[in-house]
Amino acid sequence: MMKHNESPQMRLTVEALSARRGEDLIFKDISFSLGTGESLILTGRNGSGKSTLLRAVAGLLRPESGRVTWESDEAETGTRASEACHYLGHRNAMKAELSVRENLEFWQDFFGDFSGGRGMTIADAAEAVGLGGIAHLPFGYLSAGQQRRMAFAKLLVAWRPVWILDEPTAALDVSAESVFTALITDHLAQGGIVLAATHQPLGLENAQELKMTGFAGVMESMW
Amino acid sequence: MVIALLFRDLKLSVRAGGGALIGVLFFTTVVAVIPFGVGPDLNLLSRIGPAIVWIGALLSALLGLDRMFQTDREDGSLDLLLMQEHPLALTVLVKCLAHWLGNGLPLVIASPLLGLFMNMDEVAIGATMLTLLVGTPALTFIGAVGAAVAVALPRGGLLVSILVLPLAIPVLIFGVSASYAAVQDPAPFMPPFLILVAITMFFAVLGPLGAALALRNAGD
Repeated sequence: MMKHNESPQMRLTVEALSARRGEDLIFKDISFSLGTGESLILTGRNGSGKSTLLRAVAGLLRPESGRVTWESDEAETGTRASEACHYLGHRNAMKAELSVRENLEFWQDFFGDFSGGRGMTIADAAEAVGLGGIAHLPFGYLSAGQQRRMAFAKLLVAWRPVWILDEPTAALDVSAESVFTALITDHLAQGGIVLAATHQPLGLENAQELKMTGFAGVMESMW
Repeated sequence: MVIALLFRDLKLSVRAGGGALIGVLFFTTVVAVIPFGVGPDLNLLSRIGPAIVWIGALLSALLGLDRMFQTDREDGSLDLLLMQEHPLALTVLVKCLAHWLGNGLPLVIASPLLGLFMNMDEVAIGATMLTLLVGTPALTFIGAVGAAVAVALPRGGLLVSILVLPLAIPVLIFGVSASYAAVQDPAPFMPPFLILVAITMFFAVLGPLGAALALRNAGD
């Protein structure tokens, strides 16, 4: 695993972000800024706009207003914020027809490492999520929880400073949750940034929390 | 590395659920029933042969197009493809190449056999195979735009074919006329063939750009 002795300074800044789904404004004027080793947990009930905010930060949804910027000592200027991010959405982005190893090898090659770090080998990543030794199986053979763990292993095989996690612990047992918490803590210790939406407490110390109130909250404040 | 995507898509196209075999089977079915319908008039068959083989290839090429981006969207891979620093048009170009190698090239390889069904002579078979080799990539590039536009639709298959068909007609016209020019003496082979090459090169540029634009704006 990579160790940063002199962590480069990085900052993910979100300024006055608003997003719309259809006609409805889901949230507006959300601003935050995360530096090296910091994390932000989004909480809020279903439909409060957590996933929408994460997709907007990842550059997958064009925001109504506001912007997401990425600054770093190392990366060249003009880097889009999404290039510095790993995004773990509801869907696992793995092919059921290919083996776990083929899936992970593909993403490792395709992602490539972002400047400032190196990913693990496939075997180490599978070991890290507690599933060493089954990398030869087709991804479709695994149980829902195992699939989720392997989707998480995808974040480990290539280095990205920012992890955007949407309900990372869905379909997972308690032991897996603690494994994920340990991996996230490790990532933060290496100078990474984590932005996660979750219902379960991830047990992270020093995490900032942003409570999403969603459409209703926005409306109340507007009336 | 974008090239990893090429190998992954090629693997997927030959594994279970991939479209490579389906396209060839459909192509074979379409062409093989023609002699039964038209009757055993060998001269007629050899006269309509190049056109029938081309129409069969066009329909088979349309068959698998809607899956080009949809499988990636369903499992969430498309999101990750969109986030990377590689230009999206390049990613789409690689996906088109993989799609053509997995779905288009098998049609080209199967075409000589189907030419025999149609009682075509060697020159006609060779010319049809050559024009298919040059023309089918254009169908994939045009189809990529349709597939990208319809990616968010749950049953976009037929819509993609209908969107794409008008743009695919010139490919058919020049493909078939070049094939006929090779066997019918006064007509020159090169002009329609070169126009076919030009159409393919034109859409090799325009198709990935258009598809990339559509994918960027398909965000949900």
